[in-house]
Amino acid sequence: MNKQKLFRASKYGFLIFISFCSLFPLFWMFVAATNTSVDVLGGTLIPGFNLIENFKVLTANTNFYQAMWNSFKYAAVTTLASLLVSSLAGYGFEIYHDRGKDMLMKVLLLSLMVPFAVIMVPLYMLFGNLGLLNTTAGFALPTVSTAFLIFLFRQSSRNFPHEVIEASRLDGLTEIGIFFRMFIPIMRSTYAAAAVITFMNAWNNYLWPLIIMQKESAKTMPLLISNLTAGYTIDYGVLMLAVGISILPTLILFLALQKNFAEGVTGSAK
Amino acid sequence: MINSTIEKFKAYKRGFSINKKHKMIGWFFVIPGALLIFSFYFYPIVRAFLLSLQGGVGNNLRFAGAANYKRLLVDPLFKKSLFNVFVYLILQVPIMLTLALILAGILNDKTLRFRSFFRTAIFVPCATSLVSYAIIFRSMFALDGFVNTILMNMNLLGEPINWLGGPWTARILIVIGLTWRWTGYNMIFYLAGLQNIDPSIYEAAKIDGASAFDRLTKITIPMLKPIILLTTIMSTNGTLQIFDETKNLTNGGPANATLSVSQYIYRLSFEYVPRFGYAAAVAFIVFIIVAILSFMQLKVGDER
Repeated sequence: MNKQKLFRASKYGFLIFISFCSLFPLFWMFVAATNTSVDVLGGTLIPGFNLIENFKVLTANTNFYQAMWNSFKYAAVTTLASLLVSSLAGYGFEIYHDRGKDMLMKVLLLSLMVPFAVIMVPLYMLFGNLGLLNTTAGFALPTVSTAFLIFLFRQSSRNFPHEVIEASRLDGLTEIGIFFRMFIPIMRSTYAAAAVITFMNAWNNYLWPLIIMQKESAKTMPLLISNLTAGYTIDYGVLMLAVGISILPTLILFLALQKNFAEGVTGSAK
Repeated sequence: MINSTIEKFKAYKRGFSINKKHKMIGWFFVIPGALLIFSFYFYPIVRAFLLSLQGGVGNNLRFAGAANYKRLLVDPLFKKSLFNVFVYLILQVPIMLTLALILAGILNDKTLRFRSFFRTAIFVPCATSLVSYAIIFRSMFALDGFVNTILMNMNLLGEPINWLGGPWTARILIVIGLTWRWTGYNMIFYLAGLQNIDPSIYEAAKIDGASAFDRLTKITIPMLKPIILLTTIMSTNGTLQIFDETKNLTNGGPANATLSVSQYIYRLSFEYVPRFGYAAAVAFIVFIIVAILSFMQLKVGDER
């Protein structure tokens, strides 16, 4: 009995320790964002009064608003385009499946094995030739269609009742009409999951915009924060504020739609 | 009678043609997505290979045969970057996946208190971008940063540790960072997998007197095998491609001790005098390594 109690206590102790390790860096970041660089380096753990000052320095020294807007614009366009194209394909692969399409799906899944570093140089050259450097289309195109999302939508199309398709056909809906009028509304939770993942990936993307966004006016938040660390003396208060602001949208999205997010990442694995 | 046969034939033909028509329409659904994947994944792979056979600087490329690949064999920086990513892989992936499995096992207990709090807390690092968390860790572990200050205030350290300045402390810092960011992510996969295991199997095992350890090794791990395999492949691929962290946490330093292969490719293409052909050769080797490792893991997973 005593042994069991000890086991239980150590289990909670372990969970509390791990949770603390998980949360502490984020807590520290928000504390640092409200303090002066001197206090941050002094090891303070109490929120300070320097938040507004830090924000003034951040907006005065960087293209903050532009970078926020760019990040938002790129991520929103990527998400919308990618949900449309990938769900259309996933639905097509499942509902109209035949040997040819099953084969094609298998081939497309191989793209998951392609490391981005391998294709980034040819992609950069291709996008340079197409005049897509520094553009939203340039940002979005490589991730508009991903085998991961297509697969996710193919799996979830299995739960889409065939009776709905038959009934809609009898009612005179076209095939594309069934997709837009029936499939999308019924599958909105899958769409929510896919949207969270795609938006977060696009918002956080670093390497691709680092390569193609060469103009100052085209840069994104990850590029902006990365640049803040380039100087010789780093203002940690300002830096952590910038990091905090860039994390906030995805953090809120994540906490609000945690269940959808978990469904999305694991959904295709089932 | 002839009429009804004709009717039947028409009906048959109509049914058949509708079915065929639908399959044709289906192609219009899948073609945009497929074309984009072919254009932005498969075509660049072929281009990368052709590029790797070319030498020269900038856009002045000419055919050079296997020269780039020969150069790779004697390139100390390439070997070092390959060594570094394998250090991350061998240290980090087993630690992280074991930790994730243990956490999932504990959190799967429905009688556990504050279960959803713990799950959210452990999962939350996934909401941070790779750049952001790399910069947070870099700031915390800076020479005059939070970690050194606290350790010195607690008299645990006489003088600050230069975390980012030593080759092994810097590598370990990257391993810590990766584990912090991805453990919760993998845990979610295991939790999803555990929920598909029928609890009555555990009840039966308990009645038969199986210990907690037995239940883990004889029931949980075999039942989760496909998911463990999946997470292993994902983590292996991710670690071999690591870029954001080494660029922002240590910038490859000190003395290239944390330089990853992806970062080396990036440097060859965009930081040094651009040698796209040579960069493509490095990239193509990475592609082959990733493919071989994934294939091996699939094989091993199949046998067990």
